[in-house]
Amino acid sequence: MVEPVSLQLPGKLIAVEGLDGSGKSTQIHLVQRWLELEGYKVFFTAWNSSVLVKKATQKGKKRLLLTPTTFCLIHSTDFADRYERQILPLLRAGYIVLCDRYCYTAFARDITRGCNPEWVQNLYSFAVKPDITFWFRVPLEVALGRILGGRQKLKYFEAGMDMRLADNERDSFAKFQSLINQQYERLSKEHNFTIMDASQPIEAQQEKMRRIIGERIDLPAFKLRAKGRKP
Amino acid sequence: MSARRFYGQGIPGVNPDDLRGKLIVIEGPDGSGRSSQIAMLTDWMEARGHAIAQMGLRRSTLVSEQLEEAKAGNILSKTTMSLFYATDFADQLENRIIPALKAGFIVLADRYIYTLMARDIVRGADPAWVESLYGVALVPDAVFYLRVRPENLVERVFQKNQQLDHWESGMDLGLDLDMFASFIKYQRRMQRLFDGMRKRYDFQAINGNRSVRAIQKELRQQIEEVVSLPDSRAP
Repeated sequence: MVEPVSLQLPGKLIAVEGLDGSGKSTQIHLVQRWLELEGYKVFFTAWNSSVLVKKATQKGKKRLLLTPTTFCLIHSTDFADRYERQILPLLRAGYIVLCDRYCYTAFARDITRGCNPEWVQNLYSFAVKPDITFWFRVPLEVALGRILGGRQKLKYFEAGMDMRLADNERDSFAKFQSLINQQYERLSKEHNFTIMDASQPIEAQQEKMRRIIGERIDLPAFKLRAKGRKP
Repeated sequence: MSARRFYGQGIPGVNPDDLRGKLIVIEGPDGSGRSSQIAMLTDWMEARGHAIAQMGLRRSTLVSEQLEEAKAGNILSKTTMSLFYATDFADQLENRIIPALKAGFIVLADRYIYTLMARDIVRGADPAWVESLYGVALVPDAVFYLRVRPENLVERVFQKNQQLDHWESGMDLGLDLDMFASFIKYQRRMQRLFDGMRKRYDFQAINGNRSVRAIQKELRQQIEEVVSLPDSRAP
């Protein structure tokens, strides 16, 4: 297996991982607000959000053009674009970079879809390992309830319909998520995830995250220098 | 002929033994005459009753438009560009090459993974990373590399386009501010990489400094050995 490279970078990288509906985006948003309001240098980036690559990904998804291999490659392209233009330069510039999903999302999904694990890991071998990866572990039923209860329609690839696990979106989604959860269980051990109990109240989870971040990262070193202050 | 196989992990769910057709690759820089040679080969083989399918770089349904945009704007960094081209390649491999080979077509590839690999490596990508990336690719039945001296290439490029291309001159590498000098340096580097890959990937080098007809004649002779043409069995 290829391990993500470790470079000496002045910045810090924090990633959140977990199933859809695990509450990770809410939690990382609150971490971002906390760090911003405290005056730290912080930057946030979400999975699948590079502007140029997104157009191609959307086309692929809308017209159902994607196979497991191209699904994997196009998401790695999106990640690489954000990595080379934002994540890495910001880490070099000494920022705390927050990632809503990192390469482990790709590992979990693409391996579930049948891509070769070593091939997928090699693809992302250019990415530095996060300083902290929070994994929001949640009972499958809870995650399913949050997603299936709240929304009208699941998207084709999101539901894993390409895997022919079931003939309707809801059943397919449930099976697909369960397989992804198994991958997360495995990755959690292999990559030393910090496990979060995502069934706890929002405030309790946030408190725990802030405490862990405070313990593992020397936050005062990341203070924004006040504008106009004389050296 | 040896059994069909992938270079590495291949494509999930595809059994190479089901691919009955032939995959023939023509590699070479811009201006080496690839496209004309492929057009002539297509006529020749179709005249003999072979079904031909073609592939080339940046021709996928999935990402070709965005790749054109990225190329024009010079806005993607190197790993992103590598992966974007790999996506384009994989899309064509799965949606064009593999179905055509299953149906018994002869696929003529106007460049293949070798150009993509060389471009990545010349820009500093780790060769082992690139090799694993293209482990999805099928091993072709034959690869012909049109080898042309950079000085001759320049002449042909000018005859065709009246100007040098930013990427084919490797201007993004900062080899030389002078475009002509950069073109020569870049093409020499690419040629060295291709020479290095020749043994490993079993290329046949074709001297591309000769006339179009002479090259076509040699290609046909070589291809006849790969593809058993119906003519040879005719009474």
